[in-house]
Amino acid sequence: MNLNATLFIQTIVFLILGWVTMKFIWPPLIAAIEERQRKIAEGLASAEKGEKSLAEAHAAANEIVKEARVQATKIIDQANRRSNEIVEEARGAALAEGQRLISEAREEVALETSRARQQLSKEVAALAVAGASRLLGREIDAKAHADILEQLAAEIERG
Amino acid sequence: MRLGLMASESGGEHGFSEYIAHHLQHLASKKQTALFDASIYHWDTLFFALLCAALALLFLRKAAKRATSGVPGKFQCAVEMLVEMVNEQARAMVHGKLTYIAPLALTVFVWVAFMNAIDLLPVDWLPSIAAAADIHYLRPLPTADLNTTFGLALGVLLLSFYYSIKIKGLGGFLHEFTCAPFGMVKISLNPLTWIGAILLGIANVGMNIVEYGGRTFSHGMRLFGNMYAGELIFFLIAGLGGSLTVFGIAMHLVTGTAWAIFHILIVLLQAFIFMMLTLAYLGQAHAHH
Repeated sequence: MNLNATLFIQTIVFLILGWVTMKFIWPPLIAAIEERQRKIAEGLASAEKGEKSLAEAHAAANEIVKEARVQATKIIDQANRRSNEIVEEARGAALAEGQRLISEAREEVALETSRARQQLSKEVAALAVAGASRLLGREIDAKAHADILEQLAAEIERG
Repeated sequence: MRLGLMASESGGEHGFSEYIAHHLQHLASKKQTALFDASIYHWDTLFFALLCAALALLFLRKAAKRATSGVPGKFQCAVEMLVEMVNEQARAMVHGKLTYIAPLALTVFVWVAFMNAIDLLPVDWLPSIAAAADIHYLRPLPTADLNTTFGLALGVLLLSFYYSIKIKGLGGFLHEFTCAPFGMVKISLNPLTWIGAILLGIANVGMNIVEYGGRTFSHGMRLFGNMYAGELIFFLIAGLGGSLTVFGIAMHLVTGTAWAIFHILIVLLQAFIFMMLTLAYLGQAHAHH
């Protein structure tokens, strides 16, 4: 138990150590710690913000997809309706065209028939005159018997 | 060249107590007879205390220099945990500016822990090395020297006066010194109140002296007692090994290991307690009564 001058030196050393620590050690360490705490807080905040905006983006994307789906259904409906219309139109046009062709053909046939009849009647008249003249052995005056021939021709035409 | 006294050199009872007495001798500038002598220095205490102070500052400075706010290394992490622990305790116990107090608490914790840790070195190593250099008395454990622990406690006492006066003003400090803890009578024309005031003042001053004195004494004594006792037990354990019997060496190994492991706790715990008391006393200086 010897107390001596060592005691005062230790007191001074103690106070100086505190001062040195205050000047050179404490500030950089505490600054680093506080800076890191700030960074972590910021990081957490921005992570939260990012999460929130991600959720928002998700919601927006869902909205857009839903809208697109609705529109797509509408477009498909429209397209279906339009294609049905086109098919109907085409069918109508084809039918009309067919009818037209058929009636044209019928008219043609009728025309052709009547023309053939006329031709035939003329030729029959000529044949009849030629045959008769040969039977009688003399020339028949076609003009004299025109009424008979015409009657014949009419009979043939009637058919 | 004469080697230091080793535990194994001791012949019998007398030799062993001589061994212990030898190990309890400081390397003093001259032989001390009085309890207090301001002309004497303990060179061993000063040397190892300053060495530990330098190591503590180096240790902390290294961390402070490399401190980044980015991802910290393991070393920086450890020091930062320490700093944060001290900062938190300081904040909880001292309600005022911490610019000096918190660093002081950190440095006192690290310094005292380093000084205490010298106790974990085998008791004969440093004295033997010193003896080889012709130094025959050496107590390497600075905290087992009352000069160190009372020196630190005195520093805390001075600081608590300083902060008390700084926070409350000299008048406030003196008022507290004379009027707390018992209060003061209202002085009127009645001479009885004058006598009452004087008596209460004496009682208050007496209580304050006891409080400050006891606080400082126990602050220094607590650390000293723990480290001194720990050191002494290491001497006794060394004596077991020094008996050079199979039983003695076996017991030396077992008890030495156990005590050293337990002492790791004491080294850090006492440093922590010393720091906490420092903060508590400085915190009281900041409080108004």
